[in-house]
Amino acid sequence: MTQQRGTITGINGNMLTVEFEGTITQNEVGYTVRGDERLKSEVIRIQDNRAFLQVFESTKGLAVGDTVEFTGELLSIQLGPGLLGQIFDGLQNPLPELAEAHGFFLPRGVILDPLGERRWQFTPDARKGDVVRAGDVLGSVPETQFTHRIMVPFDFQGEFTIESIQDEGEYSVRDEIATLKGPRGQTHSLSMQFSWPVKLPVRAYREKILPTEPLVTRVRIIDTFFPVARGGTYCIPGPFGAGKTVLQQITSRYAEVDIVIIAACGERAGEIVETMREFPELIDPRTGRSLMERTIIIANTSSMPVAAREASVYTATTLGEYYRQMGLDVLLLADSTSRWAQAMRELSGRLEEIPGEEAFPAYLESRIAEFYERAGLIQLNDGGQGSLTIGGTVSPAGGNFEEPVTQATLKVVGAFHGLTRARSDARRYPAIDPLDSWSKYESIVPAETIRISREFLEKGSDVRQMMMVVGEEGTSLDDFIVYLKSEFFDAVYLQQNAFDKVDAATSPDRQKYKMEKIREILTTTFHFKDKETARTFFYDLRQKFIDWNYIEWKSDEFKKQEKEIDALIKGNAEHA
Amino acid sequence: MRKVYNKVLSVAGNVITVKAEGVGYEELAEITTRRGKSLAQVIKLDGDIVSLQVFAGSRGVSTSDEVRFLGHPMQVAFSDDMLGRIFTGSGVPRDGGPEITENLIPIAGPSVNPAKRIIPKRMIRTNIPMIDVFNSLVGSQKLPIFSVSGEPYNELLARIALQAEVDMIILGGIGLKFDEYMRFRNRLEEGGALGRSIFFIHTAADPVVEGLMVPDLALAVAEKFALQGKEVLVLLTDMTNFADSLKEIAITMEQVPSNRGYPGDLYSQLASRYEKAVDFEGAGAITILAVTTMPGDDVTHPVPDNTGYITEGQFYLRNGRIEPFGSLSRLKQQVNADTRKDHRAIMDGMIQLYAQYLESQEKRSMGFRMSPWDEKLLKYGNLFESGMMDLSVNIPLEEALERGWSILAQCFKPEETGLRSELVKEFWPKTVKAEEESEAVEA
Repeated sequence: MTQQRGTITGINGNMLTVEFEGTITQNEVGYTVRGDERLKSEVIRIQDNRAFLQVFESTKGLAVGDTVEFTGELLSIQLGPGLLGQIFDGLQNPLPELAEAHGFFLPRGVILDPLGERRWQFTPDARKGDVVRAGDVLGSVPETQFTHRIMVPFDFQGEFTIESIQDEGEYSVRDEIATLKGPRGQTHSLSMQFSWPVKLPVRAYREKILPTEPLVTRVRIIDTFFPVARGGTYCIPGPFGAGKTVLQQITSRYAEVDIVIIAACGERAGEIVETMREFPELIDPRTGRSLMERTIIIANTSSMPVAAREASVYTATTLGEYYRQMGLDVLLLADSTSRWAQAMRELSGRLEEIPGEEAFPAYLESRIAEFYERAGLIQLNDGGQGSLTIGGTVSPAGGNFEEPVTQATLKVVGAFHGLTRARSDARRYPAIDPLDSWSKYESIVPAETIRISREFLEKGSDVRQMMMVVGEEGTSLDDFIVYLKSEFFDAVYLQQNAFDKVDAATSPDRQKYKMEKIREILTTTFHFKDKETARTFFYDLRQKFIDWNYIEWKSDEFKKQEKEIDALIKGNAEHA
Repeated sequence: MRKVYNKVLSVAGNVITVKAEGVGYEELAEITTRRGKSLAQVIKLDGDIVSLQVFAGSRGVSTSDEVRFLGHPMQVAFSDDMLGRIFTGSGVPRDGGPEITENLIPIAGPSVNPAKRIIPKRMIRTNIPMIDVFNSLVGSQKLPIFSVSGEPYNELLARIALQAEVDMIILGGIGLKFDEYMRFRNRLEEGGALGRSIFFIHTAADPVVEGLMVPDLALAVAEKFALQGKEVLVLLTDMTNFADSLKEIAITMEQVPSNRGYPGDLYSQLASRYEKAVDFEGAGAITILAVTTMPGDDVTHPVPDNTGYITEGQFYLRNGRIEPFGSLSRLKQQVNADTRKDHRAIMDGMIQLYAQYLESQEKRSMGFRMSPWDEKLLKYGNLFESGMMDLSVNIPLEEALERGWSILAQCFKPEETGLRSELVKEFWPKTVKAEEESEAVEA
């Protein structure tokens, strides 16, 4: 294929207008050539003989008349063993290697190999003569604690026959591993790596199935009240300072999944640095291995180029889909999808498209829907299952959920964890609003317990509202007790101390156990002579319960504390 | 020799267009008008039509004025001679001193590789309890001070600048009132800090576009000093003026506005400045404190709103005090575990009780009877405001923590505070207890 070239005729921010002759494909990659520098860019609109390209780097110094070389390839990433534990930018450039080669600052126009030179111990699973299709397993290599499947590239259409396959042994990702004969007789040489265009969903599986199994995050308010399913989707909108990122960080640590992909999209660099620096040191108690070995980080932080920010979300999703194809449970945490939407908005503005609400492009909703639809539980070609769960934070302007990104997201996700300023101001973390949030997935706790405790929260909130008007003296003792019970429940269960070793993660068993204890307290009728004694009792109980939260599950101390709590309840319960 | 152009095609707002070839994006040009020379920067290329924003403004620009392209983007000098000096938003001296042209560096350079960043661990003590105890400032943090006109935010900035343990201070003033600027200067001079300071000052009387360069100039110089191992504190006041300048240019360029007239890339623009805050491994660090005045005291206004999403927390300055609600230092968790073990508990516990105090206060103002619990809270709130929140309180962290326990003990029984029993055992003042109980009886 002859290489297409074009000439820059206009520059506006990170958008170029390029005149070309011949054939050009939408979303294909072009390189802007300026001296030795080659700046990656993507075609985002074609009009007559002009193509509009977004440049993934700073356009400083580019001039009209500079050359653009088109590649004919859509924006793609490399898939293969060696992705786990890596830290990439939005275009899959490995950041630590970049730092090693270029120091403190991100150089312009440098592209490094994402997979490196490592050799992998390959074991073939398929045999010569087998008929295979896209996504079928040819063999595997061990990657950290996982069996990394080497598959037929996802873009192979139709049935192929294996002509040759390598024996067990060590190979680099570039070595030939097999040759396939295609439906029209052509031969394809395969290595352990192949590329996939990030903006297209991977569909090399049998079918999608309804997600029903809970994905345990070990955050009580989520697992119990607003659960997430394996293969499901959820969103966390919230004003700044409400704790979106902390919640994502906790989830990335404690969630019971195989692989976590963290997409730091247009957010603060400092936050992702914490994860980057701490994860290699943290041991996952479930596997006994470093957390980093199950993690991939995509860091395209707020001061990095905007166009790459737009791409970073797709890069992360593609990586998630890739590991899902291996029968693993993958969790993608995108923080924040609003920055991604804003990147689209910036671009749309430069293209002078007719703006929709708040100047977001008209296609905002469909892009958001497409993104979340890439999550899901799938049945693989071999009958196994894999899942990709997507959780995205949303940063609504002014903390107002009535804005386009939040609204478009709510339409397509399965759970909504709405963070509120009121709760975070009162230091009630995680600041998920227990009354407004919702989930369409099933909880780990019996539905009846949930119903009862929710009822108390609602009634408690009503009493609280009422007290604002009529004062405490205008409230009946019974109502006041309902209020105290709901406050107690909030303090000891919905709130969770992310910085305490024990309290930060509550196992499903402990959640169920605690919820039953709380249900007992909520449904017990207490008798108090006045509001003061009621308050004292519940504050006492709260104190004991919080101390209980900090004690290791099922330890002797745990049982001792429980006895104290039981005694306190018994001493004040009314037995009719 | 760079080519000179003598035909200005259009003048709109502070943007002019000329027909020129071979011009680089963001390149600088010098335009000579009857009012003198001014720098201008390329902000759009469309065929051979070049749009430039003129730093000195377009007033007095005539269609036959001379435009000379310089062949490089905006630069600033970097040298130790800059210490104690004051420059304009174009980087030229405004203190009458000699011009510094050695060692020119480009501004708005590339972003730091996240892989080279480290987790900040150094607390910057300010001796202001609302900062040290409740929202500790950390080296390499970026924090705005959200405030409204009339509040003493520049005084607060100056006080932090004087008390904070840093090697040098770079002040970027954008749309700063002349007297505010002079006051700032005098304050640092009195405190003996002028010799380790560099000022880039754009006053309200200067052309708007010039203000746009101030953060980039200040941060480019700060970055170089930090790479040499210096702990640099960059103060920017007021970033709302900076955003307004961006808006003005965007509207002139007929960009589609996103929210209240601000351009869609406001977030990215602000982020590229704030993200310059960094702790260089094996070298120095840049800490940024920036004033953001909130038009109409509205935190949902696009400027404070976008800022809040970028920065690592914020201080609300209201009624001359740093508000405990809303104010947040996101990095405090990095440092407040190692100060004293009661630090976090005091921080959370006192704020929770203060929130309840505000509720009781509201109930009282609505005329409801105060329960004994309310009375306790009211007493607590008053002590908290005078002993902790008042900006005149100037005590080290440890003393502030002691004061916290003492205030709690004067008002409550230990179990009413929600603090963990083991901490209560260790820190609860034994002596105040009797007094507190006798008071409870009185109530």
